[in-house]
Amino acid sequence: MTSYYFSIIGTRDNPVYEFEFSSFKNSLAMSTSTSVPGKSQFSASIKEMLPFISNSSLDIIEDAQWTTNLFYLGKIDSFYGLLVNAFITQGNIKFVLCYDVSNGTTQKYDDSSIKQFFIEANDLYVKCLLNPFYSVNDAIVSPDFDLRLKLIAKKYL
Amino acid sequence: MSKKGDDIWKNVDKINSELFTLTYGSIVAQLCRDFNHNYHEVNNQLDQMGYNIGIRLIEEFLSRTGAQRCQSFKETVEVITKLGFRVFLNIQPAVENWSSDGRSCSIVLPEPNPLNEFVEIPPTKDLWYCQILCGILRGALQMIQLDVDVNFVKDTLKGDDKTEIRLKLNKILKDEVPAGED
Repeated sequence: MTSYYFSIIGTRDNPVYEFEFSSFKNSLAMSTSTSVPGKSQFSASIKEMLPFISNSSLDIIEDAQWTTNLFYLGKIDSFYGLLVNAFITQGNIKFVLCYDVSNGTTQKYDDSSIKQFFIEANDLYVKCLLNPFYSVNDAIVSPDFDLRLKLIAKKYL
Repeated sequence: MSKKGDDIWKNVDKINSELFTLTYGSIVAQLCRDFNHNYHEVNNQLDQMGYNIGIRLIEEFLSRTGAQRCQSFKETVEVITKLGFRVFLNIQPAVENWSSDGRSCSIVLPEPNPLNEFVEIPPTKDLWYCQILCGILRGALQMIQLDVDVNFVKDTLKGDDKTEIRLKLNKILKDEVPAGED
């Protein structure tokens, strides 16, 4: 089961939102084990590094954004078996998704589902931005956003 | 009467609903910042803005609909919901909870409320996000010699099951008294 760490990073490289989860696929088969479906299984040492890993990819994102006219930048970095995919919005907000591949599984990584996840997360972010009481670079604390993002994660990852 | 509202709605100039929603949202958010999140003051300001809109809007409403003098307060409320809200916002609220003396009732705004789209209000019980509607109703009714108290009692933005405006008729003003601005 793959674990994911999704973060949104603002225009001033400030954290806006973060969310840790694991793949919901196969969670039925795994439900006999002690794990809660959707709970991330990063080891403690990796867990505390996750914000650093996603922030350290910002330089690469900023280089990569000029090489393509797409918003989805694909896999841009890896760090000890953690892969980093990124997406950049029209407003220069970065979405970073870190996920581990070293967990013993030989699951194929479907790039298009990650892309689709980013695109829908972007839609959700835009909706959040349309709230008059939210301004750019504020932390996202809305429980509704949380819930909807989880649904998207469940659908695609 | 609903059909008449439909016909008029078809022939009026319209603006994009998102532009409208976001403009109103920006006004409320700016007021909240200006008054340092003193939501009572924000409600008052919205009400005052609404009042100023209402006392002018009634002229527009009368000329567009050609509505005639109503015989009772009940009829007035019916005109407000079936024509007023229809012509200006393209929604048709329901009227409920008439008091036994026929002087107060509730208007329940249907979902989706065009003013509420995208909005998540700050965690407070004080802000009535659509307070401007109360001001508009109060202003417009005052111009047709009805002194009415208008206020919100429920709002779906606060997690209530519906958005409800309470109207209470105080008195019918005498014709010769001009309604002054306060």
